[in-house]
Amino acid sequence: MKLRRSMMFVPGDNAGMLSNSYIYLPDSVMFDLEDAVSIAEKDTARLLVYNTLKAKIYGDIETVVRINGVDTPFWEADLEMAVRGGAEVIRLPKTENVNEVKELEIKIGKIEKECGREFGSTKIITAIESASGVVNAVEIAACSSRMVAIALAGFDYLVDMQTERSSGTEPELFFARATVLHAARAAKIDAFDVAYGNVNDEEGFMREVNIAKNLGFNGKSLIHPRQIELLHKAYKPTQPELDHAKKVIEAAKTAEEKGLGVVSLNGKMIDPPVIQAAQRVILLADYS
Amino acid sequence: MSYDKKHVESFSAENGYKKFRGVFAESPQLESNEEKHHRKIFSSIESAVAASGLKDGGTISFHHAFREGDKVLMKVVKVLSDLGFKDLTIASSSLLNCHDGLIEYIKTGVITKIFTSGLRGELGEAISNGLMQTPVQIHSHGGRVHLIQSGELAIDVAFLGVASSDEFGNANGSHGQLSCGSLGYAKVDAQHARYVVVLTQELVDFPNYPASLSQDQVDAVVTVEEVGDPSLISVGAARLTKNPRDLLLARIAASVIEHSGYFKTGFSLQTGSGGAATATTIFLGEKMTQQNIKAGFALGGVTGSIVDLLKKGMIGAIADVQSFDIDAAQSLRDNPAHNEISANQYANASSKGAYVDRVDVVLLSALEVDIDFNVNVLTGSDGVLRGASGGHCDVAAAANLTVIVTPLLRSRIPCVVNSVNTVVTPGQTVDVVVTDHGIAVNPNKPLLEKRLRDARLPVMNISSLRDIAIARAGTPKPIEYLDKVVAIVRYRDGTVLDVVRQVKR
Amino acid sequence: MNLIQKGIAGTLESSDILVIINPQAGGGVQLSLQSKVEKQFGATIRRVIVEKLEALGVTDVVVDVKDQGALDCVIAARVQAAVYRAAGVDKVNYEVLS
Repeated sequence: MKLRRSMMFVPGDNAGMLSNSYIYLPDSVMFDLEDAVSIAEKDTARLLVYNTLKAKIYGDIETVVRINGVDTPFWEADLEMAVRGGAEVIRLPKTENVNEVKELEIKIGKIEKECGREFGSTKIITAIESASGVVNAVEIAACSSRMVAIALAGFDYLVDMQTERSSGTEPELFFARATVLHAARAAKIDAFDVAYGNVNDEEGFMREVNIAKNLGFNGKSLIHPRQIELLHKAYKPTQPELDHAKKVIEAAKTAEEKGLGVVSLNGKMIDPPVIQAAQRVILLADYS
Repeated sequence: MSYDKKHVESFSAENGYKKFRGVFAESPQLESNEEKHHRKIFSSIESAVAASGLKDGGTISFHHAFREGDKVLMKVVKVLSDLGFKDLTIASSSLLNCHDGLIEYIKTGVITKIFTSGLRGELGEAISNGLMQTPVQIHSHGGRVHLIQSGELAIDVAFLGVASSDEFGNANGSHGQLSCGSLGYAKVDAQHARYVVVLTQELVDFPNYPASLSQDQVDAVVTVEEVGDPSLISVGAARLTKNPRDLLLARIAASVIEHSGYFKTGFSLQTGSGGAATATTIFLGEKMTQQNIKAGFALGGVTGSIVDLLKKGMIGAIADVQSFDIDAAQSLRDNPAHNEISANQYANASSKGAYVDRVDVVLLSALEVDIDFNVNVLTGSDGVLRGASGGHCDVAAAANLTVIVTPLLRSRIPCVVNSVNTVVTPGQTVDVVVTDHGIAVNPNKPLLEKRLRDARLPVMNISSLRDIAIARAGTPKPIEYLDKVVAIVRYRDGTVLDVVRQVKR
Repeated sequence: MNLIQKGIAGTLESSDILVIINPQAGGGVQLSLQSKVEKQFGATIRRVIVEKLEALGVTDVVVDVKDQGALDCVIAARVQAAVYRAAGVDKVNYEVLS
């Protein structure tokens, strides 16, 4: 089980940030070749990210490369670099439909074979940033065995929806959040909520974190290191939650040792999803 | 028996007493009203210097409460140079970038010896390249007082910039348009110098209170156009830094303090200036509020972030030897719980009582730390003088918990190394090193290490930190030095802790 | 790799390095380095630059470098990018980047 609470953006053209952002210990780091990088620097950013990946300084942090969209002239070169560089995950922005993912999947497979990387080892995260993307999310989430997560990106989506970000419960994002999250859960993959743009507004960020967490998102895309700790703290289980999770795991262990097919705690039967949830609670406690 | 003048005179003469020659004979200043009240006012630095009896080869002193905004030191040295003085020893409580102009006066022989806490900028670079014949004496803030009191540093004339003074020399740094706050360093010079010149921007009515420097210490008062540039005085600030790495370091440092065993009501602290220190103070303040833990007093080097905690009632009192920003200076002026202390009271090991002896927790920075926990705050990774001893070794020696905060790497430069270029603070007095890659605890503090590990803080061996730094940056080539000693690092007790050699070009 | 023009990559920001490459006919690799970590890492930086040029088959070139304490991986990336720009080639051959 891999925790994906925090996916922190690092601009692919920023040598200083690429060199040391691992110190903030996000669950995943996303080297961005798309919006953060001007057209004139796409080539240099690719080589910076490639050499950063090769230097393996990010340790256990999951490495994600956000390539440019399949409608741009850059994405194939981005992909070539990322797969050969050893990125664990490719994040495809502005995903509209299954065909785009299929095209990406074929291309990844081809590069893996060419460079001798294990076939299937490159994972995919799709980002949903439009109305049609949201409508197709269920299919998109389930269309590839490489898919590990689906992310909602709010900015372009809201433009597409002819509205803008409000505050409070953010009704403008409710349908998209619910849809993307259901798509993820149905496909048994993870789901990332939107990034929160105002770095200095801790309160607004925490409000969004709580919306996302209560809906059931695994985490959020983050644009600043200081958001990581806040996010991880919000996902930290409470002591009663942790105590209960430990009891569940203990019961499961006992059942296994005794060779029982059914796990029970305090006379109640426990289903496998509950055991999984308990494992997740313990993992969350360990990493917060 | 009625008064018999002759009898008294002969009694005095026979018994070796001084003869009474009239009420003003020994107090000529009282003969005229003009003299009595205005005798200390000098129209220029030149005339005050003439009255001081300063000679070639003499020692002049300054304080650095105006930091990069100081306008006194360079002005006085220029006057002395113009007057033809040679071979002077300059003893400033510290020297900063704004004193780069001293290079010229060293070259012309006006200045031949230096006592200071710090050296930076072009001056530090030039001295590291062998500018001076005689090595610079680097002392700590407490150590400076020790050198003065032991007689090694004998100040002939102290030139002390102040915010306001009356014509009798009652002066302070906190009441005036230009406010630097505490005059903690100047107080020592005023007490010990043979002749004391106060330079003020504002001459106010007698008596001027508070009298940080008092009339019984001051010989001359000179009004000058400006003693300092207020925009350059401030180095601290109450606001939280936006630098993510400083925030990370501060978060870890605050957790270290929280779980150190010293974080309980009545504890005392010193946190210093800089983005990470200020952020640590703010984070620590949040923990204090949440857990209802109040500090007895804060010492320093005071910034607005400490003042904030005083205002919120989270700190009982502040003992202030140097106010790092305008918030601290204003608080010193307005809040009776915020008190000015001298460098002797602050940190002198040989004083009858130094505040550092009563500090529980101190947070300090470093240019380099080595695997024996020795700290260098004086020379850069290239071996050049670019820092200051300050109160670093003073507080480290006395505090119960000394926490050093530093990034593991500054761009490519490792900050945890095998052996520091220059030892300013001995490793024995350092308890925890907090970096952005993990924490190391001095092996002489096993209980502390256990507490931090139990709190699930990322404790590791200090040599592991060094290894990570080398893995990231590569092994730096050792700095090449020549034999010539350019600076002597004096420990707070006056002993020689280390020397700095001339760097090879 | 055949260089046809001047190639520049990098910035003067902290932890980055600015690499300017000019092709020349013959003359080998002429490297001038300014670095704020020259004393400690000058030799290492030179070695990394020369290695990366060799791997790309660049033999005759004037290289002007201003380093702000970049790590080796950044130095490599900037040299490679400057070479590709100087060669006017878009498609990177990752097999030879080493």
